[in-house]
Amino acid sequence: MTPSNPVIKVIPKLREGASKHAIRLTEKTIEKTLKASSFLTELANFFLFFSRTITETFSRDFEFKEFLRQCFQIGNKSLPLISVTGIIMGLVLTIQSRPALAHFGAVSMLPGMVAISLIREMGPVITALICAGKIGSGMGAELGSMRVTEQIDAMEVSSTNPVKFLIVTRVLAATLMIPLLVLYADGLGLLGGWAGTNIKGDVTFVLFFSQAFSQIQFIDFLPAIIKTFFFGAVIGLVGCYKGYTAGRGTESVGIAANSAVVLASLLVIIVDLIAVQITDLL
Amino acid sequence: MNVAQIPTILPAKTHNDKQVIEINNLRKGFYQQEVLKNVSLQLFNGENLVVLGKSGSGKSVLIKCIIRLLEPDEGTINVLGEDVSALKRDGLGELRKKIGFLFQSGALYDSMTVRQNLEFPLKRIKKDLTQKEIDGKVKEALEHVGLSDALNKMPSQLSGGMRKRISLARTIVVDPMIILYDEPTTGLDPVTSDEISSLINEVQKTYKTSSLIITHDIECARATANRVIMLHEGEVYQEGTLEEFEQSKDVLIKSFFK
Repeated sequence: MTPSNPVIKVIPKLREGASKHAIRLTEKTIEKTLKASSFLTELANFFLFFSRTITETFSRDFEFKEFLRQCFQIGNKSLPLISVTGIIMGLVLTIQSRPALAHFGAVSMLPGMVAISLIREMGPVITALICAGKIGSGMGAELGSMRVTEQIDAMEVSSTNPVKFLIVTRVLAATLMIPLLVLYADGLGLLGGWAGTNIKGDVTFVLFFSQAFSQIQFIDFLPAIIKTFFFGAVIGLVGCYKGYTAGRGTESVGIAANSAVVLASLLVIIVDLIAVQITDLL
Repeated sequence: MNVAQIPTILPAKTHNDKQVIEINNLRKGFYQQEVLKNVSLQLFNGENLVVLGKSGSGKSVLIKCIIRLLEPDEGTINVLGEDVSALKRDGLGELRKKIGFLFQSGALYDSMTVRQNLEFPLKRIKKDLTQKEIDGKVKEALEHVGLSDALNKMPSQLSGGMRKRISLARTIVVDPMIILYDEPTTGLDPVTSDEISSLINEVQKTYKTSSLIITHDIECARATANRVIMLHEGEVYQEGTLEEFEQSKDVLIKSFFK
């Protein structure tokens, strides 16, 4: 073999190419490992936060006044948004469903169908998603800015447990208020449904509601309400976690609010999926 | 209030006085960066100790380690005879009741009025007080900082200097034995800075507190210091009285005291 052999000339280049490829592969592996490790760290931190919240919930000196204030903030201040959403939800559902039912000559089933759709699925999920946006982002931004402006540190040095004062009260208030908001949205949704029915028909209020409730059974109502407590807990926990663990810069407040909404909305959908599977088994 | 009206500062303490804070070989780092490298210092009873240093020299980290808002990596911190690192949550809570902390940003609670801001620590630290006694203490603290009429205002309605003074009122309202000041005059105009320095001296005299003042404001140091420690790159660079610092030939110290 002579040095002029073209194969020999190519070998160093191949070696160089292989080593570059190996370096790139190693870098990518390190990058992926770091990403996986930071995801697992975040998950572990969330569960630690969750367990601390549970522990503090059942410890002495419950901050009842702050809990009531949060109930007011979450419940009362969400009423206008939930009212508009609830009415439109019922109205749209009725208007969209009417042609399909009319095709089968089943317009009389409209109140029952609207009621079941609203109470079992649309009311809880849409209300929870709206609350994830409003309440989740509010908690993320408020606690995030409290972290940035050292207000949480100030609480700690005032011998006050910030988890008990800020987190437990907010999570409990969200867990309690969101089911009430869902019930309220369901009621207004039915009202919107009645209004929608009357756009192309003439159904009395009493007839609409008696037909709607004649189709609803206990099994429709109870699981739907139970899952809303979980929606509330998830929204409260995620909003508080993202805000409480926000970084030190003002940019982190926006990140906390944004990621709280995204994660809370995603978890609401996942909890709903699990709830539907469990209800299906009943 | 101008500089001439600033109450005279108490004389420097001697090492015979009782130590209220003793820090030995403190180290604290974040990731790969070591912020505090082997820092040791003492705060004596009734003195104002000023810790001077450039931004990033580890002053705020030091003060946060003292009250365990940050966990030190190495070294011991003794506050009022208690090893801070060894304390459990209840013990730490009890110790924190005796320490006031004035935050750089004021850290007033945005969602509460001035009155509620002052009542918040008071109701939690002095649980046996009646509402009448609480009202009296709030009024007294606000009178002390000259802001009695701000009682029902929200923090957003206050100027930077007023926020700092309300924050100081919130710190003194619980009668702490030690006050830690984190950059008390940063971001304030010279007149307001002098007012805050004056208040720090008044608080020391009235409440007989021991204070550790973190600052890079030389005028604040001149107005308040009984003793000075300079931190540089995470280490104690120089310790002494204000006069010793003023007369120092060291380039770094001179750059502060020019």
